[in-house]
This record gives sequence, C-alpha cells and structure tokens, in this order.
Amino acid sequence: MKTIPVLPAIRRRTIMALFLTIVLGGVALGQDNSDCFTCHEDKSLTTERRGKTVSLFVDQAIFLKSVHADLSCVTCHVDLEGKEMPHGVPVAPVVCGTCHTSEEELHKESLHGKAVARGDALAPNCQSCHGSHAIARAKSAESAVSPLRIPFMCGRCHQEGTRVQRERVILQSHILENYSESIHAEGLMRRGLVVSANCASCHTPHFILPHTDPRSSIARGNIAATCTVCHAQIEDVHRKVIKGALWEKEEHVLPACVDCHQPHKARKVFYDQGMADQDCMRCHANPSIRSSADGRSLAVKSDTLAQSKHQKISCSQCHAGVNASRHRPCETIAQKVDCSSCHAEVGQQYQGSMHGKLIANNDPNGPTCKECHGSHEVKGRTDSSSPIFALNIPRLCGKCHQEGKKAAMRYTGSEHEIVNHYTESIHGKGLLKSGLTVTATCSDCHPAHNVRPISDPASSVNPENVPVTCGRCHHGIQEQFVQSIHSTLKHKTDKKLPVCNDCHSAHTIRRTDIAGFKLDIMTKCGQCHEKIATTYFDTYHGKVSQLGYTQTAKCYDCHGAHDIRPVADPQSHLSHDNVVGTCQKCHPGATRRFAGYLTHATHHDPDKYPFLFWTFWGMTGLLIGTFVLGGAHTLLWLPRALQMRRERRRRLEKKNQESKNDNA
Amino acid sequence: MHSPESERQVVRFSRLERVLHIIMIVSFISLALTGMTLKFSYTGWANVLSRILGGYESAGYIHRIAAVFMFGIFFSHLYNVLIRKRKEAGSLRGLLLGPDTMLPTKQDLREFIASIKWFLNLGPRPEYGRWTYWEKFDYFAVFWGVFIIGSTGLMLWFPEFFTQFMPGWFINVATIIHSDEALLAVGFIFTVHFFNTHLRPEKFPMDLVIFTGRVPLEEFIEERPREYEALKKSGELENMMADPYPPIVLRTVKVFAWTALSLGFLLIVMIIYAMVFAYR
Repeated sequence: MKTIPVLPAIRRRTIMALFLTIVLGGVALGQDNSDCFTCHEDKSLTTERRGKTVSLFVDQAIFLKSVHADLSCVTCHVDLEGKEMPHGVPVAPVVCGTCHTSEEELHKESLHGKAVARGDALAPNCQSCHGSHAIARAKSAESAVSPLRIPFMCGRCHQEGTRVQRERVILQSHILENYSESIHAEGLMRRGLVVSANCASCHTPHFILPHTDPRSSIARGNIAATCTVCHAQIEDVHRKVIKGALWEKEEHVLPACVDCHQPHKARKVFYDQGMADQDCMRCHANPSIRSSADGRSLAVKSDTLAQSKHQKISCSQCHAGVNASRHRPCETIAQKVDCSSCHAEVGQQYQGSMHGKLIANNDPNGPTCKECHGSHEVKGRTDSSSPIFALNIPRLCGKCHQEGKKAAMRYTGSEHEIVNHYTESIHGKGLLKSGLTVTATCSDCHPAHNVRPISDPASSVNPENVPVTCGRCHHGIQEQFVQSIHSTLKHKTDKKLPVCNDCHSAHTIRRTDIAGFKLDIMTKCGQCHEKIATTYFDTYHGKVSQLGYTQTAKCYDCHGAHDIRPVADPQSHLSHDNVVGTCQKCHPGATRRFAGYLTHATHHDPDKYPFLFWTFWGMTGLLIGTFVLGGAHTLLWLPRALQMRRERRRRLEKKNQESKNDNA
Repeated sequence: MHSPESERQVVRFSRLERVLHIIMIVSFISLALTGMTLKFSYTGWANVLSRILGGYESAGYIHRIAAVFMFGIFFSHLYNVLIRKRKEAGSLRGLLLGPDTMLPTKQDLREFIASIKWFLNLGPRPEYGRWTYWEKFDYFAVFWGVFIIGSTGLMLWFPEFFTQFMPGWFINVATIIHSDEALLAVGFIFTVHFFNTHLRPEKFPMDLVIFTGRVPLEEFIEERPREYEALKKSGELENMMADPYPPIVLRTVKVFAWTALSLGFLLIVMIIYAMVFAYR
C-alpha cells in the first residue's frame, strides 16, 4: 500500500511559519498589518485588472479569524516587503508554496497544476479552492475545504454544463449529480458523517491525476488501497472475488472496487455483505431443487457459470434484491433478472425493438435476453459454442422465424421460407458451407437488439437505411450507389427508388456472376423501366438474353450496376466521352458511329424512330402483298390441280384395264 | 441396257443444278431454323430449339456457315450460267433472249393471263414451255433474297466494319430488313413454293424432278406441251432422254425430301403460333 506523505508536512509548515514570523517580523516592523489596512479596510478601494474592476477590500475581522491571522501581510505578499506606502500595482501573485512546499509540489505534478502551468484559464490555483484572506482551519466547519463543502466546491467546475465539463476532456458525466445520490453522499450530506468519502477522499486534495497514471489514487492498481483507507475490512467480506489479499497482489486479474461499485454513479442495488456465490450454491447445487410456484428446476451447475462470460459476476449482481440478513437471502428477490442494469445501452435498444415491444405488451411470443443468450451459460459471440456465434445465428433465429414457427406464423409480409432461402443464398452458403464467420448472418442486417419492422424509419432494413446496412460490409458499393441516379440523395422524385434488396432480394441473394442472376436482373430493371426493357428485347442483345444466354449486353453491361448515372453526367458509362469505351468492352472495334446503334430501338414508334417504323411497315407491306398474290394464285390453282389429278388417275386406271384385257 | 421406251424420262435439270438445290435446301433450312429462334426468342419453342441447336453462339455459327454456303451456291450458279452461255447460246444475249430464257417475256404474261382464265374455268390449260412464269418468279425471288438478306446479314455480321462509314442506326434498319425479308422468304418457300413445285395435287405426294432431274415423258408432254413440241421439232428430245434412277436412290431422295419438307412445315406452324398467339 502506497502512502502519500501528508502528516510530516504539517509539522514542517508550522515551524516554517514561526520562523518567518520571528525573523521577518522584526525587519518588517515599519510595515505593520495596520499600515496595510489603512487603505485596504476601505470597502470602495478598487483596481483595474484585465479590464475588470476588482475590489481590493480586505475584511480585517475575517482575516483575524483565519488560520493566517498571525502572519503579516508581507509574509505572503513578499514583493511589497519594504516598499513605500501606498505601493504601486500590479502586485505579484502570492506563492503559497513558500510555506506549503509539499502541497505545492504535489499540485504542480497534478492535472490541475499542469493546467495552470499551461496557462489554462480554467485551471484552479490554491485560491480557487482555499480562498485567500479568509482561509479557515481545514478541520473547522467554516473552511471552504471542509468535508461537507468539498462536493460543492469541486462541483463548481465538475458538474454538467460548466465550461470545464464542456470544454475539457472529462470522462465521467453528471459527476456531482451522481455523487449526490451515492451512498457516500448519503452518509455525508444526509447523515452528516464527515468521515464519509468526499471528492478528495478518493482523488486526494492536491495530487489529482488521471486514472491512467499509475501514481493516481484512482489508477487500477491503487483503487483497492484508496478504498480500503475507509473500507479496511472489506477483504474479509468479499469472499468470492478477493480471497484475502489477492486484490492488491493481482489487481489485474481481479475486478477493482469500481468495476462493481461504479464511481460517482447512484447505486440502487445494495450489495449485501456475505452474498457470495457459495452461499447461493448451498441450495442451488442440488439438482432436484425446484420452484415451489411452478415446479421448474432451479438447479445451477457451478461449472456452467464458471465457463460462461459471467464467470466473474456473482449471483447477486444479476439476481438483485437479495437480503443478506435473511436465512435465505434470495427470498426478498422480487424482480426477474434485468440484464440492462449492466448492459444499459443494449437494454435501451431492445426496448425500442420489435422484440422488446412484444415483451412490453406481455406478448408470450416476444423473446427476452435469455431466449437468445441463455442464462447461466451465457457466452460471448466469439465463443463457437455460443448460440450467438455467427455460425449458430441462423439456427437461433430460425427457432422462431422458420416457416411454421411462431414468428413466421404471425408475420404478414412478403418474405417466406426465410431460413431455407437464407441457407441457399450467397450469405448462407458463405457462412454455413464455407464457414466464413464474417459473412452476413441474420443479425448483421437485423441488428440483434434493434430488430425493427421494415416500415419503421429507424429500422436497419427500412428502404432509406438499406444502403447503409449493406454498406457496412459492401462499403465500396455503397459509395458508388449513393452517387448514382437510384440514390435518394442524388435524385429527388416521388417515385420509389430501388435499394439493394429490390434487385438482389433480401434472403435469396445470389452470386451475381451466375446466369440465373444475370437474366433475372433484366426483369428486375423492367419492373420500373417497363418500356425501355420491352424495347431492349426487340434488339439483338435482348433477343439473345431472352433465349437464356448471358454473353451479350444486359442492362448493367452498358448502364453500370451500382454506379448508374444520368447520361448527361460525364461520369456515366453512357456519357458522350464514355459510351464508345462502353461498347468496346464487347466490340473492340467500336467507333463513335458504332455507338449510334439504337440499343432500345422499336419499330412501333413513328415519332421517335421514323426510319425503323417505315422500314418495318414497308417490309410488312411487301410480305403481305407477296403472300396475297402467291396465296391467291395457289388457291385458285388448287381446284384445277385436283381436277388434273383425277383425270390422270382415271387415265391410269383405264390403261391398267386395257393392259389387263390385253393380257387376258 | 435401256429401259422400255415407255418408262424413259426427260432430263430437266443438270447434275450441278440438282446438287446446288440440295445444298440450298440444307443451307436455307439451317438459316431459317437458327434465325427464327432469334426472331421469335420470346416463345418457348425458340428457347427449346436454341438449346437443341447448341445455344445461341452455336446457332450463330451454323447461321453464318450456312450463309457462306448460300453465297457459294449463288455464285456457283452465276458462274455456271456464264459457262453454259458459251456452250449453249454462244453469247449472253442468246442465253438471255433465247426461247428458254429465265427472264420474263411477253409469252409469260400471256401464259399468266391464260392461267388465270384456266383457274376460273374460262379456258384450257396453257401450253407451258421450259420455264413457267411462277418458276421464273421463284428463281428471281432467290436473287432478290440473297441480295437483300445477304447484304443486311453482312452488316449484322460485321457491324464494326460497316459503321466505319454508316451511322449506327443503319444496323437497326438492317436488322428489321434482314428479319422481315427472311420471314417473307421462309413463309413463301415453305408454303407457295412447296405447293407450286413439289406438292401440287396432281404430283402428290411429291414431285421429285428437282432431285432426280427426270420427269416421265408422258407427264412432260402433258405439262409442257410447248417445250415438248419444240424439242421434238429440233430433234433434241432424244438427247435429253435418260433411264430412271433405281428405287434405292429414289427412296433415299424421298427420305431427304420429306425431312426437309417436314422441317419447313414445322417451322411454318411455329411461326404462325408465334405470330398469332404470342406476338409482342
């Protein structure tokens, strides 16, 4: 245990003060305090300092009551020593360190002192806390640094809204507010226990350092020492976590006091003395222990807990509300385990999610924390045996969202066979066949604690948010997409603009280099671009695609996929400068004239494509004319031809008859 | 050994002409099948057919190879005409303006009018000569088709070359012309031409003259009395007589011809289906 030298300093300081009084007192005989008060007792005495009018009045009565009443003015205002009265301005700042050497040294090294040295206007010097002429004995109730006043004194700067809190890096928030509700403040302020911890008890008065500084009283290694100044016997009652002196010897493996008892923060949960896990396990290790209310097993295997993520958390931290003074401390537990008492942020998200709302409405279908995370066996998401490990998530969500299961039954949207489709999708194959744990699984698109319906504007799968959701992995694509004509950022329109899943689907996402996707994408584009898709199918490219072949230009080959831009945009694949290059991807010899090929031409539009229209009708006219003439000729001929056939047959029969007769 | 006089046949087509026609059948049907899959790509049968033909790329190669053959036939025939010019008529003028010319003549117009009268039962059957007007029509339809379909086909085959001096939308125009002219050719050949020359009731089930080159004398006299008279008068007839082909050759020819005919009719049925029931 490190000690900060305080006591010897007091003795040194007293000796120093006496010495100065005796030695300097004689010399400064001509400068009695009364000489100073001749002017400074005048309440209207002022001076200008940095453009401000500052009072120079010193209340003699208060000064005489102060701890420095025996000192002469020039003991502190050393620069006025032997000066002609009235003295000039400015007067040099008082250096308390002349007497208070050790405090001055500690302060110099501290956060506050360093800020002063930097010239920080907000940095506190001695007077900021102790005052000047009125400094009372520290132990006396009048002192500005008496225990009861310290929280307010520190709170002048360290509370919400102050410049210090706003403009300097302070890691804790609501410091004064939280402290005032803490058990320490209750002792100090409600019960008047001046031994109850105030700011300086933990942070020290002069040697205030950030917790990252190993010399700091609140550094991890020193916390136990700091707390045990008061809580000297705490090691005897914290049986599970400390085993005697382990706290100090192996502070890195054990939780420090503040891990459970957070600094400043209000503690509604009172960690009763003696509530160690082994006390709980006296009953709950018995495998046949059951709830008297509903008969469910209440057995807990200690090794389950030991292998879980919560191995360092004691029972009573989750099962809050135990009373150590009872024979069964747990009989006072009134509430179910509330994970959000530690996992506050996650808990808040969950409240707003679909799952949380179901629970809030007492819907039996709503999943609570333990439905997904388990209870005593809870494991982190990086543990492969955890139900929330990436590979296990589809199965976990499938417990409810598989076709026929409760979530799928109540769902009325358009997505069906979600789990089966996902398994066959590129993400599902990546995850389950290739074992890529970085592949998107359910919770990557539907954030685990913030699952919301698609209609909710805050939902990750709301059309407005889909590009960002997909972009978390496919960031390069998102960058292209937000600049494209399909992005709501670029294109203001009443029409619904497509987002990722409109083309790629949600749960049946396929590789984009397989034929099925390449052909499907044209129907996808055609859902909105109906006319342009129809005319595309009138061209060679479209016809080949329609036969089911992919080695020909499809929508995205010319327009791009995620970086579709209006033709007028110079960055468009079809802009004046880029279009020839786009054709050359497949037609290496393409020229500017070649690019004049009408890729969406139709012969049904006489206004837009008169040449094609009239060519088509010219050819159709020729076709109809030829067929009418040829057809009529043939049809007219038919009766005569039949007649000839009959005659020829008759002639043949006659001939056969004759030859038969001849033979006969 | 000669067959009995009554079974001897008149040779109407030279060996080269018959071979060219057979190659043309193969080429034309290949072009039609592969081309129509693309034209009617929106139908189910086009998809199936395209798969049978080995996919659109393979179909494309078949189409181009068949087109090269078609050009080959076309130029072989022109070359043959020039050779024959020297042998038979001595000069091009003699060939083009002689009695057996393929060019339309006043006689054709007269025979056309007489034919219509005969169809309407207003007169006797005209005494057709070596080439009837509908045969001449078919003959020149090939010239027209090869020119129109062939030239646009080359544009579609080599668009990068042609757009060096033509605007890009010419390719669109070429597509329409190529495709519709092909539809006309396929439609006409597989209906009117089939009827006129091979399937006429009096010749039913099939006139094999284009494959064997031979026609029985009796039929020849009946069908082309004018030519018969001319040949008899000049004494040329005897030089044109030949023995019929043995049955095995005829059977082979029939199998081939029926296959070609069936493919043609099947394609007509599919085109009609596509245009009537699935048109887009």
